[in-house]
Amino acid sequence: MANPLALYTHYVSISLRSQMQYRVSFLLGTLGQLFSTGVEFIGILALFDRFGSLNQWTLAEVAFFYGIVNVAFAVTDMLSRGFDHVGQLVRSGEFDRMLLRPRSTVLQLIGQEFTLKRLGRFLQGGAVLLWAALYLDIDWSPSVAALTVITVCCGACFFLGLFINIGTVSFWTTETLELMNVLTYGGIEASKYPLAIYRAWFRRFFTMVIPMGCVTYFPVVAILGRSDPLGTSLAFQYLAPLFGLFYFILSLFIWRIGLRHYRSTGS
Amino acid sequence: MQSFVLPYTAVLSARFRMILQYRAAAIAGFVTQIGWGAIRVMAMEAFYRSTSAPQPMHLEDVVTYIWLGQALLGLLPWNPDTEIRNMVRSGTVAYELVRPVNLYTYWFSRSMAFRLAPTFMRSIPLAILALLFFGMQAPASPEALLFWLAATVGAVLLSTALTVILSITLMWTIAGEGVSFLVSPVIYFLAGMVIPLPLFPDWAQRVLDILPFRGICDAPFRLYMGHIPATEAWEVLFHQVIWIVILVAFGAWLLSRATRRLVVQGG
Amino acid sequence: MPHILVDNIVKTFRIAQRRPGLWGALHGVVRREYRTIKALDRVSFELEPGELVGYIGPNGAGKSTTVKVLSGILVPDSGRCEIDGRIPWRNRISNAANIGVVFGQRTQLWWDLPVIESFDLLRDIYRIENGDYLRARDELAVLMDLEPLYDVPVRQLSLGQRMRCDLAAALLHAPSVLFLDEPTIGLDAVSKLAVRDFIKRLNRDRGVTVVLTTHDMDDIEALCDRVMVIGHGRILSDSTLDDLRTRVTRERRLIIDLLDEGQAIEDPDVTFISRNGNRVHLQFDPDRVPTAALISRITAKYAIKDLFVENPPIEEIISRLYDEHELR
Repeated sequence: MANPLALYTHYVSISLRSQMQYRVSFLLGTLGQLFSTGVEFIGILALFDRFGSLNQWTLAEVAFFYGIVNVAFAVTDMLSRGFDHVGQLVRSGEFDRMLLRPRSTVLQLIGQEFTLKRLGRFLQGGAVLLWAALYLDIDWSPSVAALTVITVCCGACFFLGLFINIGTVSFWTTETLELMNVLTYGGIEASKYPLAIYRAWFRRFFTMVIPMGCVTYFPVVAILGRSDPLGTSLAFQYLAPLFGLFYFILSLFIWRIGLRHYRSTGS
Repeated sequence: MQSFVLPYTAVLSARFRMILQYRAAAIAGFVTQIGWGAIRVMAMEAFYRSTSAPQPMHLEDVVTYIWLGQALLGLLPWNPDTEIRNMVRSGTVAYELVRPVNLYTYWFSRSMAFRLAPTFMRSIPLAILALLFFGMQAPASPEALLFWLAATVGAVLLSTALTVILSITLMWTIAGEGVSFLVSPVIYFLAGMVIPLPLFPDWAQRVLDILPFRGICDAPFRLYMGHIPATEAWEVLFHQVIWIVILVAFGAWLLSRATRRLVVQGG
Repeated sequence: MPHILVDNIVKTFRIAQRRPGLWGALHGVVRREYRTIKALDRVSFELEPGELVGYIGPNGAGKSTTVKVLSGILVPDSGRCEIDGRIPWRNRISNAANIGVVFGQRTQLWWDLPVIESFDLLRDIYRIENGDYLRARDELAVLMDLEPLYDVPVRQLSLGQRMRCDLAAALLHAPSVLFLDEPTIGLDAVSKLAVRDFIKRLNRDRGVTVVLTTHDMDDIEALCDRVMVIGHGRILSDSTLDDLRTRVTRERRLIIDLLDEGQAIEDPDVTFISRNGNRVHLQFDPDRVPTAALISRITAKYAIKDLFVENPPIEEIISRLYDEHELR
């Protein structure tokens, strides 16, 4: 009798084996991912070459922000492609098939695909993070190390929440998916720089409405051992990642509302 | 004459109608573009705050550059024509060979519609909003406006020619998919969508000057804001025309190779 | 309490209207209009354990909506529905563990994987005890000769092979009800017979209740005692196949093989339908003329090699029923 975790492991092994049947496609996809995140980082390098610094943040510090957000996002991106496809699954009838099975739809969707080619982003982000961590003079106390791990985990949960939101929206319309990209990809685009450089309305939006800053900015300030130009306390910086976790839980509730809507309209 | 053009205009019109149906998609894309633009503008503002050294472009110009880029994002040849992709996947591409039209011209019109229709929906309202509220500037002079329009026509042709090439590579199935994975981030980057090209290091400028991608965004945008003086406008247009000729010739040659391969292998 | 209870189920959908042409598309950008359709309009029926019913009707009549309601995918607007005492949409997960569904047009197997791996995954999805799983799998494998297919990736299976695997996949968890949606669509004649035979045995030997939706009337004739016909979201007829026949038309077919090809048969009580060489198809109403009287009259008058009486084909009965309800 399979518990959810065992079932998930089974799903992953199956997904990996299917992808390994198309090795060339996998390799090119991974390289493509590496390129598309790579050019962004080259862009950052070019800007630092021109401007020297970004409001007192150094290149290595920005690289650390960049690395954290990309690693956390890459983890989610590998797990949660299924939510991106909800619209498609609904149209093809595959989603009905999931409802015919005695398992939660969230588990089945996460299990639908383990996208190995997103490894490209993970490797690229990880390399930048590693370089920044070695270059910067970070005090690796146990609490800072733990905070780093928690930040990446809560960040991954937060992004998973966003992906679940995307899936939820596609119960109503599949046409607005691009809008959700502002939140996911736009948020990541923004998070590669410290949140402090943005205007107040924007910072507030990505802290209070969509708590992306709580997993990509505040804890990182604490890890870097800097004082926050936004004036938050160290305690807040340590607790902030939890908001990412809350967001994820909230997304699950909203998913259930979407599911109820789908099952009453069938569209 | 009319009967000769008809198939090409018919495919253009059909594409427009199809894309117009997706009302929500247009609005969503519109909001996405604004959000994305805002993020990039704020990041550039922060970089400009960091230094007082003279830069190759004023901040106002960079802002205009970014908003033009957001408005005309759809013109960028970053992906192959999705319809052609579907035809290749389903194998119906073989029917394209039976049509009594020149296949290259047919695909060129189709890809042009694929690029133009969504851009058409989004660019004008987005440009108006950016002009009124987001600090985008009007064209530097009537002359600049005129040359920008001319260069934009060139950019559309250039971009379409590249899109067709990307679409044709799909006929080499897996390898073709890989080509678009790898090439699109590079095109995006080299066209000036990650950071404005004038902000790249000076040594890179010489390389960028030769490549065709400058003609898609960077050069027309800088004509618009007068950053390239009207006296040099002819050089920009000449550069575009040369590359259009080269890419069209290459595309037609590639298509003849691809179709021969298709006929030999029986699809 | 019946095994499956459907009582006055109503389900409506709202559909966005699109106008034709470029202007219509532009119009749709600004304002969209909706139309309401009643997919199910007070549908009621009951099934006892071990029944095998055909559920037929033209496309869009409400067949698949009914199956979706019964399987817990859709929540109806109103009405009552229970399978073994469970309300499908309220107890989706426990209901799902109790039913099996096969769509003829779509497979539930994993496209790129060998069949056996899909089965193994379904074991985990349905939480089947490994011993039960192996027993069920082996039994099904014997019944449908699946073992040679175990290691073949699903995408390489023929349609008939895939359907056999899909049927097995839907039965691994030993459901008490099986919904079959066009299980023989696109199959060759041999596979069709194999699938029908399997369904019949499943129903007879294990007492699995089967609800079969199909357009293939041979399926119905071969398998179903009871037939429900749905149209415009309403049950138009629910009876045995024979009752349906007599209710819709009393007419019989008289088929005659003549000795002499050139002959024509003329009789006031029969109507001519078709002729194929020596064979002539006629139609008559046994209430107007007793069958025996008609036969003796004709054999006396014409030189006849062979002769037999048949019911009209079921396609015709159904199509008459549709005509009665203006379903075309």
